[in-house]
Amino acid sequence: MGGSASVAAATASAAREVAREVAQEVKREMEPKPSPPALPLRKESGQREVFCGLTSIVWLHRRMPDAFFLVVGSRTCAHLIQSAAGVMIFAEPRFGTAILGERDLAGLADANEELDRLVADLLERRPEIRTLFLVGSCPSEVIKLDLAKAAERLNTRLAGQVRVLNYSGSGIETTFTQGEDQALLAMVPLMPSAPASTPGDPADAPASELLIVGTLADAVEDRLVSLFARMGIERVRSLPPRSSRDLPAVGPGTRLLLAQPFLSATARALMARGAQLIAAPYPLGVEGSAAWMRAAAEAFAIPEANVTAVLEPLIERGRRAVEPHRRILEGKRLFLLPDSQLELSLARFLQRECGMELVEVGTPYLDRALLAEEMALLPAGTQLNEGQHVDNQLDRVRAARPDLVVCGLGLANPLEAEGIATKWSIELVFSPIHGCDQAGDLAELFSRPLRRRHLLRFA
Amino acid sequence: MELTLWTYEGPPHVGALRIAASMQGVHYVLHAPQGDTYADLLFTMIERRDRRPPVTYTTFQARDLGGDTAELVKRTITEAVERFQPEALLVGESCTAELIQDQPGALAAGMDLGGIPMVSLELPAYSKKENWGAAETFYQLVRQLLADQLPAPGTPAPSPQRWRQEGRRPRVNLLGPSLLGFRCRDDVREVSRLLGAEGIDVSVVAPLDARPADLQRIPAADANVCLYPEVAGPVCSWLERRFGQPVVRTVPIGVGATTAFLAELRQVLGMEEPAGSSAAAEPGDAGDSRSRLPWYSRSVDSTYLTGKRVFIFADATHAIAAARVASQELGFQVVGLGSYSRELAREVRAAAKELGLEALITDDYLAVERAMAEAMPELVLGTQMERHSAKRLGIPCAVISAPLHVQDVPARHAPQMGWEGANELFDSWVHPLMMGLEEHLIGMFRHDFEFVEGHRSHLGGSPPAGGQPPAGAAQPQEPAAATAVATAVAPSPAGAPSWDPSGEAELAKIPFFVRGKVRRNTEAYARDHGLARIDSEALYAAKAHFSA
Repeated sequence: MGGSASVAAATASAAREVAREVAQEVKREMEPKPSPPALPLRKESGQREVFCGLTSIVWLHRRMPDAFFLVVGSRTCAHLIQSAAGVMIFAEPRFGTAILGERDLAGLADANEELDRLVADLLERRPEIRTLFLVGSCPSEVIKLDLAKAAERLNTRLAGQVRVLNYSGSGIETTFTQGEDQALLAMVPLMPSAPASTPGDPADAPASELLIVGTLADAVEDRLVSLFARMGIERVRSLPPRSSRDLPAVGPGTRLLLAQPFLSATARALMARGAQLIAAPYPLGVEGSAAWMRAAAEAFAIPEANVTAVLEPLIERGRRAVEPHRRILEGKRLFLLPDSQLELSLARFLQRECGMELVEVGTPYLDRALLAEEMALLPAGTQLNEGQHVDNQLDRVRAARPDLVVCGLGLANPLEAEGIATKWSIELVFSPIHGCDQAGDLAELFSRPLRRRHLLRFA
Repeated sequence: MELTLWTYEGPPHVGALRIAASMQGVHYVLHAPQGDTYADLLFTMIERRDRRPPVTYTTFQARDLGGDTAELVKRTITEAVERFQPEALLVGESCTAELIQDQPGALAAGMDLGGIPMVSLELPAYSKKENWGAAETFYQLVRQLLADQLPAPGTPAPSPQRWRQEGRRPRVNLLGPSLLGFRCRDDVREVSRLLGAEGIDVSVVAPLDARPADLQRIPAADANVCLYPEVAGPVCSWLERRFGQPVVRTVPIGVGATTAFLAELRQVLGMEEPAGSSAAAEPGDAGDSRSRLPWYSRSVDSTYLTGKRVFIFADATHAIAAARVASQELGFQVVGLGSYSRELAREVRAAAKELGLEALITDDYLAVERAMAEAMPELVLGTQMERHSAKRLGIPCAVISAPLHVQDVPARHAPQMGWEGANELFDSWVHPLMMGLEEHLIGMFRHDFEFVEGHRSHLGGSPPAGGQPPAGAAQPQEPAAATAVATAVAPSPAGAPSWDPSGEAELAKIPFFVRGKVRRNTEAYARDHGLARIDSEALYAAKAHFSA
């Protein structure tokens, strides 16, 4: 890692600034060309029953086992993560919390010393850690603890041993999967620059590498990479990588394919480094996945014959796999509560490929630019809901009596007890659901609770 | 700042939530940022409740901080009271809200709430924790609801034996059981049955399933049974001080403690000792006893349990009870005793002293892990957190206290208290240990291809990895663990005696679950006797020395 010190010094906050600067310009670029018919959108505020971004640690620690996530926050933050992940028994913890005490709140002067001491202790216990994420929380953000600066300082001290990054997973700023967006954003400045292959306007640079952004299950990632290779796209990399030190390069030749819809800040930061976004729906279901892969193929100017040769059998097989679940789901009414920003894509798949009717599609945050392709595929009149007033939303659920409600675990059992079938939404970020080959499995996640209700009998 | 890999307790507002969610007719308005609703899952998933906990969160976000968060609090209170129509309201803050100081309790006090009792909770999130929060909330709520029943100063305390004059059965309150407490649901059932058999009625159970109106009936009972001092200790003391209600403080976990509990209860209520009711009767009476633990523990199959080294770490109540059961009723040797309950540290220290131990009072998970590695136990009785350390050190483990996870809220009847509770303790503590025959055979024959060292075949699965902590038997799935254990557990002090190959070979013949202890004893012996090298002879000399 030549010049790693200077690269490492570019912290997440710097990345955030860069992202903000280019955001306006990029946004215009990303605006969909033909505007689809507007869907009715309700914006709601009130109590939000959602996770904060810290929760993303629960899957990121498995994706990058050489990284450690140190939350700087309160006992509440520590309690959140262990309540979510503590059912697994860890011989070696991959995350922890630097809990602020009254002394830390009284004066900020020694907060940096405290942090240095804790990090030294931690690294002594876990010398094999390669990347340390300092994760901001509500308390650390409210008292304006400068973790970006702390990361910078620790980086200098630990140069060559551990890379220290910083991002915020606080509830006041991030909702659930947005934690991953912030974590990846923090890694963007450390990605090596891909050499510009041709001089001139970087916007005209020929596609040289495909970068898939967003956490994918290992098996799904391998499968997609091999399918792209079969089409003729040889160079495919992923962000996040499986090892935190194995970051892909980025530059004008990079084509950006988002696997997850919640990566607004990361996508913009990568575009600021020259990468070009491939507009596509998300790879959920047969249709979405095929369109996603086709969009990538187009960006790499792959001959249509190659694309069709790879996709046709996948589409055929995927449809067959979805069919038994379609028989269960067809005509059933679906209500999605906000959770992960996957809701629009899921609604599109379940409506178009499984024949479900959409009552309401809630999302915690709607990035119109990144979801334009999905919105274009939703039926006219689909009620979108951004934000939440959970009690009012539950009133609407009860009034509509949908056949299936997609919701978080705080609401699932209570709704089941009211006789309303639910599918808990968090599972969707822990399951291999991307790609044509997974379409059947994805449909099964939704048909299973209905099948189960049909199966159980106690009389 | 304090590095925490696992925390034994949540923040104090989770304790308040436990009180609100345990009760009925109480609603809690919590000023907290978006995301703190994760706590709902503790109830809907771990406790598997069929309704949302009665909490409304303000869930403010960064953009609200620029505006009027106090207005948000007031709006939330108004909406919650209107929608849920509670019989009593709790108002408080989480840790982040404590920093922005909107004073939600004071705001609520200035609002028209239709006359329902409102308790403003002051729970310092940066210095106190979950159990303290639960105890404080329970205390403040009871205090508030009994405010107009307070006897005038100087009023004589009612006699706990007045049930005789009133011609009724004696009645007591069971205070302390709550959601997310360890096995509270079944303990209440077991203790109620126990009391019923003694002719004692249960008046109010609180906070679990009580309504505010039930709390107002607390003074009508003859005595209070403090089942969980972590939650009900302060309220019981206050009731004793202000209402003159005596408190039964023995916690009936274990056969001996249950017997002592009944004796204390009878004494407080002025009841006579019924003949031959003790479960821990003479050996000949064992078949007659109400718990099967005494006979199971006396039966010859349990002989190999004698002197098994056990390390105990839990909340104070369960740690103290477990130490007694382990040492007196199962014949284990307690080699470590500690608790994260600072509020009850004195009691734990006293219990440890009786066993010749120094109590470990800490909420630092790493300190517990170090003490565990130091003590080299053959069994760990702890919390969900100790399962992590025990896995790392390759030691069998059973959970005896919160913090717990979903598997410790079982569907079956699984109390810890009373006679049936003792049966449960016997089964669940002995289960993780290697069975007797297997233990003998592994001690005799080391070259088996299936029953290898550290293998406990009754648990299924393949052999565990780290039978002997410092030796670095690599865990296949966690290659980093063994080396880390070696550095954490066995820091070789300079000038320590070194092991000769013949000594190492002899050491390897010691059964894995006591090998760590033998290694340490032998090294201590070598140091004391000025031996630079440890050979097989030194090991046998040390063995004789320490058993002498």
